[in-house]
Amino acid sequence: MQRDTLVSFEGVVKRFGTYLAVQKMDFEIRKGEFLAIMGSSGCGKTTTLRMLAGLEAPSEGVIRLSGKPINHLPTWSRDTPMVWQSLALFPFLNVRENVEFALKMRGIGKSERRKRAEHWLDRMQITEFADRNIAQLSGGQRQRVALARSLVVEPEILLLDEPLSALDAALKVRMQSVLKNLQRETGITFVYVTHSQSEAFSMADRVVIMSRGKIEQIGTPQEIYRTPRTRFVADFLGSSNIFSGKVTASGAGSVDLETASGPLRLTTNAAPPPGSAATLTVLDTKMRLSLTRPANSTNVVPVRVIGEEFVGATATLYLETAQGQEIRVQKGHDELAELPLEIGQDLFTYWAAEDGHLVAEA
Amino acid sequence: MSDTGAQDINRSKPVDWALKAYIFAAYAFVFAPIAASFVFSFNSDRFPSIPLGHFSLEWYQAVASDPLVWEGLRNTLFVGVIAGVVSTLLGFGAAYTDYRYKFFGKQIYLALALLPPTIPVIILGLAMLAYLSRINLSGNALSVIISHVVVCAPFAMAIIRLRLSQMDPALEPAAWNLAEWKTMRHVIVPFTKPAIFGALFITMAVSFDEFAVAWFVSGLNETLPVKVLGFLQGQVSPRINAIGTFVFVTSMTLVILAQVLLSGRDATARPDADE
Repeated sequence: MQRDTLVSFEGVVKRFGTYLAVQKMDFEIRKGEFLAIMGSSGCGKTTTLRMLAGLEAPSEGVIRLSGKPINHLPTWSRDTPMVWQSLALFPFLNVRENVEFALKMRGIGKSERRKRAEHWLDRMQITEFADRNIAQLSGGQRQRVALARSLVVEPEILLLDEPLSALDAALKVRMQSVLKNLQRETGITFVYVTHSQSEAFSMADRVVIMSRGKIEQIGTPQEIYRTPRTRFVADFLGSSNIFSGKVTASGAGSVDLETASGPLRLTTNAAPPPGSAATLTVLDTKMRLSLTRPANSTNVVPVRVIGEEFVGATATLYLETAQGQEIRVQKGHDELAELPLEIGQDLFTYWAAEDGHLVAEA
Repeated sequence: MSDTGAQDINRSKPVDWALKAYIFAAYAFVFAPIAASFVFSFNSDRFPSIPLGHFSLEWYQAVASDPLVWEGLRNTLFVGVIAGVVSTLLGFGAAYTDYRYKFFGKQIYLALALLPPTIPVIILGLAMLAYLSRINLSGNALSVIISHVVVCAPFAMAIIRLRLSQMDPALEPAAWNLAEWKTMRHVIVPFTKPAIFGALFITMAVSFDEFAVAWFVSGLNETLPVKVLGFLQGQVSPRINAIGTFVFVTSMTLVILAQVLLSGRDATARPDADE
């Protein structure tokens, strides 16, 4: 489903003094989508959000909302409420007054205000706390108040700046489904800034991955997970093994590389010139293991077991190549039980050529 | 004190007692003179001496029937209320400027704004007198108000600044749909309200008690503390104790009100357990 564009960033740059916070950024936010902007701290994700909210002005470029440039529109003339990391609830107002605040400021009459606030209090399941002070609420309850306060004006777009970071793990997962359902039901465009891969991937329709002020990749969670575009993304997600080498032959739908771990082959339509540097990634769930050298596989790397870690339903096996490169393999417990996995055990890991994937080095 | 739980096993009794005695002694040192003045104000004897005479309100009656005292009180209240309100407004403005804006020379701005209470009051009083008389403003209630605002505004600023420093920086932009002046009215002022009233009471109390500067600039419109000195120079009378007690109780009431405002509110409510 192709949706209309709601927001577009066109060549947007943000400088603080000489520090380049956001470099030449071009991307679109589609109407009604849940977009996550992900990256480690200092990558420019919050600055991007603040520019959209009108809390920072871009140094260069244009931000458009529904086609109109909004670069110099003050915050109060935009329809871009934000849910803050600190939540920023008004401590001098009770729950109901917090939710009604924006309506009251817009001069909406008391009975209408009441009605709309009740609706959102009910929807966020906080009606019973309506007359409490903010200080009397738990973290999860505050979260719901913050959402109700922003959604009560029924905006076209809602900005969320790491709103779940203060919650404990179990509550975080619960709020993720609350947020996801809320977004689906209201059709309001959500722009969600986070450093957490699990939050971004579990909720978002599309994810923007940023690093050092630049967009590294935009795509659905599956696209990004299966085919990271750059080495940075593959590294950041941490779910792929990465091999760097030189192209020895290419064409006819496959590329051969010479790497420190030996010759490797992958299936691809790209045809990098022989002799050029290239980087290959393989998902850790696609790596297979064997005690003896598999006869008919093109990608075989001899390895030694250096550790094992349980991750719920699966386990991560840590291996090391003869050259000292660490390789991670993700497997079900049943499959691992069939192999002798003492530390120091020699094994072979191998994968199909279709599971290899070329990434950009930058 | 009895042992009331496990935390006491790590405490030494003699040290505990010594610390309590120390606190008692410190408070006695501070409050004994005031307490004595308080006690003697109700004593029938002409001179403060032990043993006490009988309980009497005669000194209060004498004070209450003295028109000079009433005049001084009127001046004091008039000056105190206006100086308190003006100082609090100025203090709020200065504190908010510090909170909200970054600008070149901000450290100097802050240092200058907080400087007046560190100037010796005699110097300040003399300077005020010299300056105000030159512009024909000395010797009336207005001159006392101006001088007291100079002394009080830094206190108001310090109190309000402390409150603003506790404010979540996201609180202002959280009222995203408000223009600046509306944010001031609906977010900043409500958040700062306890400190604003606290500052108002403290500055009133400071003005109420202030003697030295008022002595220089008040002229014929003497405030109560200045009047007290006048009485003392004439004769030593237990009436001084009565006035002193009155002034002390008034100031303490203002200070306690401020204290309640500044420390209450946030501390009262405790969050529930998480969902």
